[in-house]
Amino acid sequence: MSVAIAGVASRRRGERDWLTTAVIALALLTVPLWLPWVGGYTALASHVLVMGLVAMALNFLLGFTGVMSFGHAAYFGLGAYGTGLTLRYVSDSTMLALLAGILLGGIAGTVLGALIARRRGVYFAMVTIAFGQIFYYIAYSWNDFTGGYDGLRGFSRQPLQIGPLVIDIQNNGTLFYYFVLTVFAVSVALMAFILASPFGRTLLAIRENQRRARFLGIPVDRHIWLSFSISCFFAGTAGALYALLNNFADPTALHYSLSGEIVIMVVMGGMRAFWGPLVGAAVFVVLQDYVSSMTVNWMSFIGLMFVAVVLFFPRGLLGILRRRREA
Amino acid sequence: MSMLQARGLTKTFGSLVAVKDVSLSVAPGELRAIIGPNGAGKTTFFNLITGFFPPTAGQILVEDHDITRLSAHQRVKLGMGRTFQITEIFPELTVRENIRIAAEVAAGFGLHMWLGRSNAARVRERVEETLALTGLSAKAGRLVGELAHGDQRAAEIAMALALKPRLLLLDEPTAGMGEQETYQIAGLIRRLHRDSRYTIVLIEHDMRVVFNLADRITVLDQGHPLADGTPEEIAADPAVQAAYLGHAA
Ligand SMILES: Nc1ncnc2c1ncn2[C@@H]1O[C@H](COP(=O)(O)OP(=O)(O)OP(=O)(O)O)[C@@H](O)[C@H]1O
Ligand SMILES: [Mg+2]
Repeated sequence: MSVAIAGVASRRRGERDWLTTAVIALALLTVPLWLPWVGGYTALASHVLVMGLVAMALNFLLGFTGVMSFGHAAYFGLGAYGTGLTLRYVSDSTMLALLAGILLGGIAGTVLGALIARRRGVYFAMVTIAFGQIFYYIAYSWNDFTGGYDGLRGFSRQPLQIGPLVIDIQNNGTLFYYFVLTVFAVSVALMAFILASPFGRTLLAIRENQRRARFLGIPVDRHIWLSFSISCFFAGTAGALYALLNNFADPTALHYSLSGEIVIMVVMGGMRAFWGPLVGAAVFVVLQDYVSSMTVNWMSFIGLMFVAVVLFFPRGLLGILRRRREA
Repeated sequence: MSMLQARGLTKTFGSLVAVKDVSLSVAPGELRAIIGPNGAGKTTFFNLITGFFPPTAGQILVEDHDITRLSAHQRVKLGMGRTFQITEIFPELTVRENIRIAAEVAAGFGLHMWLGRSNAARVRERVEETLALTGLSAKAGRLVGELAHGDQRAAEIAMALALKPRLLLLDEPTAGMGEQETYQIAGLIRRLHRDSRYTIVLIEHDMRVVFNLADRITVLDQGHPLADGTPEEIAADPAVQAAYLGHAA
């Protein structure tokens, strides 16, 4: 049904995607103008972007390659620690710290991905969890270096210096929001670019039918590995931004319960829609923020909503909007 | 030199011998049909040839190169294209996208993040050509998952053709098709053979299709070749009639 709808409208699909992108871009660019009116604050918007990015990173693997990872927090958390540790021990350059976080998350994903890309289904998901927990315990136990259970403190993001220009993202939350938005935009544009390429289409092919993909000459394991690796670089990017946002990194950023939350964001927002995970992350983060101030049981609230979406709108929240507009 | 050669191919699943000591040779440009009752091992034979799983014993040669140990995707690179008994396609992509993926991978662009103008044009040309050849041009923008069964089968053949295979393996292309669709697919296979000079191995249950199209026929029975010859020889073979044609016709 939903397939049929998309098919009839396949010519208009491109236009619709551009429209969605334009609306989202406009909304994100004007956040400081409208957010206070609805009772939000800029750090919340930055948080939405960070979680949106990691959710979109996971969806690169889940929605566009058809492979499930239940351990993506590991690469997010490594990104956060990479950035935090760099600022704390190595350098006071925000950009260098960002790069260190991206590389730590991405390279760890690339190395571990090589070990798990041959597994399938539940086994793949289980191994991703197992690897994730290893990093959790390292961060948790290595008190002297990572701050252990209490998390890594004692660092803060520094103003950006571009030639004579100093951009004070350290103290100005709005400027920091635009910094996060810039990194987010570049990452998302890269993902879109890759997905629209011949390589990106081989990933769709793998999602659609691994057997057919293999017998068209696609080395499926290798392409899954690459997709996993790319996804982890973006997850690491999000984690790096997370450390900069909070001036803090702690072991829960690596824990599988966060991995589960990322999966919920993706599925709730809609894993077949490019922007779906961002919408899912926005709903999740905002609900977490509002509802957790009223009740400690905010997670059961999210859980109920998640079940409702999965039961009634299997294509996610953005899927509903799309169908509306087509009708 | 033969295009495809099997030497003593054997495949066992536990105690079941699905393919038993099969040796055969397909010449370049030949259309070989493989027939046999249900469970005779025809699909298993294809799976061995294309690298779905390794043989228990025996060798596979393509143009005298031993490919027995190559992976499935390496065999595709050497020029093998196949379709499946149960249609294998990318249902949520359009017909054109299905074929385009095949064409891009076959041209060696599977890892490319960007195609230059001329490469993109080459791929597009290949895709449109394949669409036209298989009669799918008018449906190119539709999602392949929403097409009629016959068109889905044709789309799968189109994907295999977009690979520019030197050896085309078709597993019951007319399975589940009505009279009209069977006629169209048979026409397509005839054109591929006569006009485009493809080497084709065809598994087929429809005897009219087989006897009209095939240069040679191999009859498999319980995993082993019972007979091998021209359609006339096969039709006249008493062992074949007893084992197979008798109760199929
Ligand atoms: N992967 C497998 N594991 C176990 N047994 C298998 C496997 N594949 C095939 N078989 C068995 O091998 C035998 C041959 O099966 P195969 O599919 O090759 O027959 P076929 O000639 O293609 O039959 P049909 O005309 O029904 O398609 C059957 O008994 C089948 O059950
Ligand atoms: Mg079969």
